[in-house]
Amino acid sequence: MPRPRVYKTKAVVLRHRKLGEADLILTLYSPELGKLDAVAKGARKPTSRLAGHLEALSHTNVMLAQGKSLDVVTQSQTIEAFRAFWEDLERMSRAVYVAELVDKSTPEQQPNRALYELLLQTLRYLAETAQIDVVVRWFEVQALTVLGYRPRLDRCVRCQADLTPVANYFSAVAGGVICHDCVGNGLIVRPLSLNALKILRLMQHSYVEQVLRVRIDGPLADEIEGHLREYLYTVLEREMKSTSFLQVLKREALAGT
Amino acid sequence: MTNSIYTTAAPVARLIEELHKLPGIGPKSAQRLTYHLLRAPAEDARALAQAILEVKEKITLCSICQNVTDADPCSICDDHGRDSASLCVVEEPLDILALERTRSFKGRYHVLHGVLSPMDGTGPGDLKIQELLERLRSGEVTEIILATNPNLEGEATAMYISRLLKPLDLRITRLARGLPMGGDLEYADDVTLTRALEGRQEV
Repeated sequence: MPRPRVYKTKAVVLRHRKLGEADLILTLYSPELGKLDAVAKGARKPTSRLAGHLEALSHTNVMLAQGKSLDVVTQSQTIEAFRAFWEDLERMSRAVYVAELVDKSTPEQQPNRALYELLLQTLRYLAETAQIDVVVRWFEVQALTVLGYRPRLDRCVRCQADLTPVANYFSAVAGGVICHDCVGNGLIVRPLSLNALKILRLMQHSYVEQVLRVRIDGPLADEIEGHLREYLYTVLEREMKSTSFLQVLKREALAGT
Repeated sequence: MTNSIYTTAAPVARLIEELHKLPGIGPKSAQRLTYHLLRAPAEDARALAQAILEVKEKITLCSICQNVTDADPCSICDDHGRDSASLCVVEEPLDILALERTRSFKGRYHVLHGVLSPMDGTGPGDLKIQELLERLRSGEVTEIILATNPNLEGEATAMYISRLLKPLDLRITRLARGLPMGGDLEYADDVTLTRALEGRQEV
């Protein structure tokens, strides 16, 4: 979509990068334009009129002017600041991961309204609910769908047969579940428990409210996280940097108990 | 076709390339600086080269506060007139300069040399946090002032450190956030305004 010289859009601020002495490059995710980088001039000065309204992980209304290479933010007004992220490191770290996943899984300036809505909804839940990790897993499953990488969970991806309610296998390379009969032939698979399959299906088909009613923790949560990480790594072919930070927090939480 | 295009002499090209590596110096600025140095008196050029070498040879990190210094311990850590009970934790050495300019802090400092940046994969191990914990062991410090920047990375770092120090019986404070001088209420964001209201003061 060609942009007008000056235009307005809503956007989620995915990340900041420093530019020069006092400027910032923002990575925005907008419903109309998809991912785009924009410059916020003087946003690192204390008196900046823009900076407070362009915080990372916030939902904001921006006015942009086309620049030579990058567009320039001329006005901004916060819609939702998500204060909870700034008061709780656990929430913030999950939100950062979600933002990174959107940043790394999308090309520039290709709108995907479903992904935008998903991102916003996820941030809202991350700011409020106690089960932040379940929200992140739900986001991952849903993001795979709206990005076009939806894993097949209803039948075996090889033989197309209906799955029997036993432990099956999950293959990131094959794009979904593999049944007992089709496993082998050098295909890399991970054992998939029946409960994990059920939860993954639920996440694929349901609103987050429904998923949050189910108790997902302990080894089951770890199994689901493992499947999704492997799957995301296979389709996106890149590692999320913020996961290492999540792991540091997790290790310290375990050490503290 | 042979290599017939005119190129600058190798030493000149090398200086351009080296200057180009500096922050804020583009290819054209690098050329301009190089030709300026070419025309400048030899002693000026030597003085510059010497200064660069000295910085690299004589400057180390203070073994106590991790600030850059030419004497170990640095002049702040060595100053007995300062209050050893309060410790101000900053991101970069330049932040100390800014705080010292205010002349209103008489405690000591600790430089982290960076911030936690989950998105860039900078973790606690990349910062001088272990050194901070070591320092607190003596029990001399009773208050920690977290003076990291009020942005995502700075807040993440402040939250992380305060969580880490919770078990120690310390007063942990964070620099106040509010309206800047020369600011404008109309353009202030909600978070800043809320905090400014919360921290309002009797006149």
